[in-house]
Amino acid sequence: MQKKINDFVLEIATVNGSGSQSANNILLKSLFRMGIPVGGKNLFPSNIAGLPTWFTIRANKDGYTARREDVDIVVAMNPQTLLEDVTKVKPGGVFIYNSDLKIKVEGLRTDIKNIGIDFKELVDQATDQVKIKKLLINMVYVGVLAQILKIDLEILHQTIKDTFKGKDKVLDVNFKALEVGRAYAVANLGDKNTEDFPFVVEKMSANQNKVLIEGNLATAMGMVFGGCTFVSWYPITPSSSVAENFISLAEKYRKDANGKNTFAVVQAEDELSAISMVIGAGWAGARAMTATSGPGLSLMAEAAGLFYYAEVPGVIWDIQRVGPSTGLPTRTMQADITAAHSLSHGDTKHILLFPGTAEECFEFAGTAFDLAERLQTLVIVMSDLDLGMNYWITNEFQYPEKGFDRGKVLNADELNQMSVYRRYGDPDGDAISYRTLPGTASDKAAFLTRGSGHNENAQYTESSPQYLKVLERIARKYDTAREWVPKPIVDFNAKHKVGIIAFGSSDAPMTEARDLLISQNIGTNYLRLRAVPFTKEVEDFISKHERIYVVEQNRDGQVLDLLRAEFFEHSLKLRSVRHYDGLPIHAISIVKQITEQEKNGPTWAKKKSRAAQEISL
Amino acid sequence: MNSINSDGAAAVALKNRIGLERNEYTGSKSTLCTGCGHDSITNHIISAFYQSGIHPYDVAKMSGIGCSSKTPAYWLSKSSGFNSIHGRMAPVATGAKVANQKLVMLGVSGDGDTASIGLGGFVHMIRRNVPMTYLVANNGVYGLTKGQFSATADFEATQKNGAKNPFSSIDLCALAIELGCTFVARSFSGDAKQLVPLIQAAFKHNGMAFIDVVSPCVTFANHEGATKSFSAVRENNVQLQELGFIHAQDEKLVDYAEGATEVVEMQDGSRLTLRKLDSRTHDLRDGTNALGVLRASRAEGEILTGLFYFDNKSKNFIDTLNLCEKPLPFLNEKDTRPSREVLLKLMNENR
Repeated sequence: MQKKINDFVLEIATVNGSGSQSANNILLKSLFRMGIPVGGKNLFPSNIAGLPTWFTIRANKDGYTARREDVDIVVAMNPQTLLEDVTKVKPGGVFIYNSDLKIKVEGLRTDIKNIGIDFKELVDQATDQVKIKKLLINMVYVGVLAQILKIDLEILHQTIKDTFKGKDKVLDVNFKALEVGRAYAVANLGDKNTEDFPFVVEKMSANQNKVLIEGNLATAMGMVFGGCTFVSWYPITPSSSVAENFISLAEKYRKDANGKNTFAVVQAEDELSAISMVIGAGWAGARAMTATSGPGLSLMAEAAGLFYYAEVPGVIWDIQRVGPSTGLPTRTMQADITAAHSLSHGDTKHILLFPGTAEECFEFAGTAFDLAERLQTLVIVMSDLDLGMNYWITNEFQYPEKGFDRGKVLNADELNQMSVYRRYGDPDGDAISYRTLPGTASDKAAFLTRGSGHNENAQYTESSPQYLKVLERIARKYDTAREWVPKPIVDFNAKHKVGIIAFGSSDAPMTEARDLLISQNIGTNYLRLRAVPFTKEVEDFISKHERIYVVEQNRDGQVLDLLRAEFFEHSLKLRSVRHYDGLPIHAISIVKQITEQEKNGPTWAKKKSRAAQEISL
Repeated sequence: MNSINSDGAAAVALKNRIGLERNEYTGSKSTLCTGCGHDSITNHIISAFYQSGIHPYDVAKMSGIGCSSKTPAYWLSKSSGFNSIHGRMAPVATGAKVANQKLVMLGVSGDGDTASIGLGGFVHMIRRNVPMTYLVANNGVYGLTKGQFSATADFEATQKNGAKNPFSSIDLCALAIELGCTFVARSFSGDAKQLVPLIQAAFKHNGMAFIDVVSPCVTFANHEGATKSFSAVRENNVQLQELGFIHAQDEKLVDYAEGATEVVEMQDGSRLTLRKLDSRTHDLRDGTNALGVLRASRAEGEILTGLFYFDNKSKNFIDTLNLCEKPLPFLNEKDTRPSREVLLKLMNENR
């Protein structure tokens, strides 16, 4: 039997709270250190302990590490899901299960290799401490997998050492559990395995200058290096780890010479307060932000309008999860885009950034502050659970060489030299006013910031012309923003008539999807969107194609809507590819939807009364 | 024109300890109803700033939404201010104060803004002990929306149309004491003698200073049956102490008010003197006692005013945060960006 080298999906089914995470990370990291492209995804319930959870590792020599729907190897440790887990295995795959659970598996699947192991008996050999057996059982399956997949033992040992650094007792007992698992595999699955086990790993060198990291940790690092000085947040999955990672990093790396903090983090009483503190801090001149998810974003709506209209800098990181309402708090989606773009009442249009990789989470943390201060407005960064909480291989982060962009801020000397200063004027013609910070020692500095109607001098007004003057300048500022926001990443070849637009974590399966499309004779160009408002490159890309597929993880085609609204003359060529079941998008889903529409024309999944629909008929 | 200067002509010519005249502390003309209690408060705020010798450049004026929240436009036009969102003065001010701890911060809010929509922010600001002055202009009524009851309207007080309030009121001072607010006082908008020293002391307090100022609404709550009307306050106001404020530098020049039974020293050495006017037992440093006094007084239908509670031992929020001295807005790359070696170390931790 020919073995598949560095190409499999492994899924480990456990219950949450069982401590499997560190074992699973050891597996993932060891494969990464062997130089093999890998991705790790944790599918977990909205629960603390006792409910099913799955950790999936995809290893792929070609670099396709996004989610794949079917699974090659399952390790089934959870009695609640064991009978469901066995159905997931792809024909020819392997099902390793805990036979101690006494669930009858024989005969259910004859097209796969079933390996029953009494993990309880094995963990008993590793320790007699009842308390830690639940944890150690996870290292036993790591040992079994290490043997049958041929994971490099030296690397595996080093990874375990790094994981339990400074905890020698823990380390010893974990090594023991690993060895028990490995020895069992050698003795019982031994030679037979060589022949029967269809997957194996081999060292590669794909991961030079790369790191394996969750997006939210990358974001927190970006905040540390990008000059974030103020965070107010309210705990909400899946965003909490942004603030928590920032706290632990900043406590280490953001102290002044006197050991005092060059940052402040306030855990607020709710998201209303979190965003209000951010607007207060931003108004005073700090680089201030919050991190939240859908329900929190909704609560921040009123303040978002104040940022927009009073022109105060601030940043929200929205780690999107499944809505509406409480939705599926531990599943992923890109479905807050419409809400975020026009967050608040009245005419509001916010700047949105879409980081597509963990590296960009790092980079955009600083970029978001620069843009917020340059444009004196709210910037919302649209990450999601998949990008934020799962493990990605990404380029190691570039040290930021540039200083912070603090935008147009006048100090007392500058003010005193001016004959006239208007807080909401437009002296440079770019629709961006000059601001002053509270505490500036000049008679010209002070004004009362307000969300009510104001004129160019920041005075209260109900005069229509004066109101319009300010509001229309703010609208022009949105156009100025087009020059400043990150440009899309474009892969273009004039021979292709079909273009794909995607953004954020939907980028992950795109290389694989486009390769699969080529094998079906559908050559595509690709634009990865990184911001709203759309830059010139977006329109150019659309106009150069006959058909554009907008790929996104929501039901209603939210970015498609934004594109249609802005480029209405191209609306008929804009088609929609959507994936919105709460699990990360995968290549097959994209390929199916595109090939179907290439064959049968666009599938307008919604808004049948739309003019575009009538025209297409 | 200075329509709200009641200190008289003599004050105009005088200068305060930093050489500023009183009119340098004024703001634009009030657009509130003639006779509004809030305009008197404005006047007392101006007096307190003027007499304290705090420069307007160093002040941040914060407010939420409502009649009271409009008032920062009417005082200290040379100070930056933020007329923010309904009910959000507390968190907005928290953010601004943490960002720039050097700002002398005065927030003015109303009973609707604080006791209803903003109650959450208010109580958590107290828990954090944010060093600023939080003044509520309390009239028991929603003025800007024309006369609905607020949460501080007294039980069975009547609306102008005769409707009776079926709910008990929230006593913001009692709530503040219960939550450990480190400076809690009540006063009356018409009482300059009591309110001006209280505000001055609040400016010098090293924590959150809360002052509940009963401030009658002449348009919607000044009728018979309104329990925070001018006549109701005049009838029921019981002063706990006679207050005086002594600036730190003036200590040697001024004798304590005769008969002062207690002197509260502020962080900068300035003093608030309290001469007892009332026979009941009251201990400024004992929250349980203060709550009991407030409760008993309420039961009697009194509007008790004075300084109820004081604590200068608790850590304020800036200390809790272990915040660097340089205000956060002025931290640049040099102050905040870790080295290349740190980034490399972080990268290596993730391989």
